[in-house]
Amino acid sequence: MQDHRAAGAVPEVTGPPTTRGPEQVFGKLPRRSRTVRPSRLWSIRQNIPRGARRVLITIGVLTPLLAWWALTASQAVNPVFLPSPQDVLRSGQELIASGELAADTFATVRRVVLGFGLAVLVSVPLGLLIGSFRAGEALFEPLLALLRYLPASAFIPLLLIWLGLGEPSKVGLLFIGTVFFNTLMTADVVRLVPRELIQVSYTLGANRREVLRKVIFPHALPGMIDAMRVNAAAAWNFVVVAELVASTSGLGYRIVRSQRFLQTGRIFAVLIVIGFIGLAIDLSFRKLRSSVAGWAA
Amino acid sequence: MSAPLRVHGLVKEFPKGRRGCVRVLDNIDFEVAAGEFVCVVGVNGSGKSTLLSIIAGLLPPTSGELKLNGSPITGPGPERGMVFQAPSLYPWRTVERNVAFGLELLGVPRVERRARVSWYLEVMGLTPFTQSLPNQLSGGQRSRAAIARALACEPQLLLLDEPFGALDVQTKEDMQVFLREVWTRTGTTVIMVTHDVEEAVFLAQRVVVLASDPGRIADNIPVDLPPDRPLEVKRDPPFLRLRSRVEDMVRAHHHNHLAGAAPTA
Repeated sequence: MQDHRAAGAVPEVTGPPTTRGPEQVFGKLPRRSRTVRPSRLWSIRQNIPRGARRVLITIGVLTPLLAWWALTASQAVNPVFLPSPQDVLRSGQELIASGELAADTFATVRRVVLGFGLAVLVSVPLGLLIGSFRAGEALFEPLLALLRYLPASAFIPLLLIWLGLGEPSKVGLLFIGTVFFNTLMTADVVRLVPRELIQVSYTLGANRREVLRKVIFPHALPGMIDAMRVNAAAAWNFVVVAELVASTSGLGYRIVRSQRFLQTGRIFAVLIVIGFIGLAIDLSFRKLRSSVAGWAA
Repeated sequence: MSAPLRVHGLVKEFPKGRRGCVRVLDNIDFEVAAGEFVCVVGVNGSGKSTLLSIIAGLLPPTSGELKLNGSPITGPGPERGMVFQAPSLYPWRTVERNVAFGLELLGVPRVERRARVSWYLEVMGLTPFTQSLPNQLSGGQRSRAAIARALACEPQLLLLDEPFGALDVQTKEDMQVFLREVWTRTGTTVIMVTHDVEEAVFLAQRVVVLASDPGRIADNIPVDLPPDRPLEVKRDPPFLRLRSRVEDMVRAHHHNHLAGAAPTA
């Protein structure tokens, strides 16, 4: 045999003293010959180069816009069905100039603030109650879980009977459409507060009230803001639905009215405004979350 | 010195299934003297964490008596500070405000609070991290912050539930030396639960071995090592003998689940 006494020499290794290994028992395991090849753009959950990211974003946004422009410029589609970007821009300018856009936006935003605000005021304490106490859970959750599946738009006729054609029925629809979801989502994030965190607080001398106020609420806050962000989007959907049905102002009303006069350019302009306001709401909730709960970033 | 903690005839059962229940602790009797450092060891499922939670007042016993300084334990309180395995720091509070939590609840004025907190941060070597958030700390620093937070309420009893379980071996040993130091400096009575026998023997003045199914006290082993214990003690023959003795005891009371599954080659 060779001499292993030289420094760094590897002694002969024979492996464990196996008598009957898996290969003897099961036979040979098939092997793959190819391994996963590296990819710059298509590696799962890997960062891509900055430049590539910018190019992809530009392509993703500009392609549909260009396609729209090309389709209308070729005059292949009747402009009543699909107005050109220039038409939409002109319609938008008209709506701004006449002051209709500002008035409609104000009416719609006001309804969202009232209806969704009311839903938040009810759902946050209720969610805290359900998520923190088994008694609260037993008392409220079964009914809420059922009510959540009743489509809010199905309540419109009932709301019109109960509250009339004015503002209360629209605010009511927004409330019904968001309060159940927001309550249950709040309860879920409250339930995620680690048990040890609550227990350790008791051993530091906290009573139940203090645990709720100084431990559960701050821990659940970022999750509650996330729930609000999701449900604010739903509220924004419901408000337009409410205005489509019976209204004399608001962005949804403007869409219905434009439809009557086949002003598709105006419909498009209003849709774009709705999209951007939605985006602004989303961004402001994100901002709120990072400013009040930066620790959970 | 009178025993600050007396546990007598403690039984704990958890409901299981429709009507049955499972007994996790059976007739536990034990006492801890003021200023003593006791480690409770046992395999998983021996009910050692349950025992600690009952002493903390977080779980009610099924039957039996628990008294701290002669008054019965009925619920959790700041005189029995607890530290869990995963350091349960408040992630939105800085280290300073984490440690100040109990003092805020007591209504300690701001100036005094500051002074007290900074003393414990100093003892724990956390002064440079006063304004850090927990997620900016290393595992060892988080453990120290959790211990500082419990100690800041000046508990008569410090309950540690495998506080170093998630740390790497080197950090864990640093923390052990550290904990001995803190214990000497503060004079707090400590009950620590662990499954690491070496840790128990190194830290404690007495090791309580729990047998499992149901959990009951198998033995009480005094650790007659010198009070001044550098890490090197772990290599000395007296330490190794004691460690082997405790390990044998733990193993003897461990239902060997692997016994039936050994390969029959």
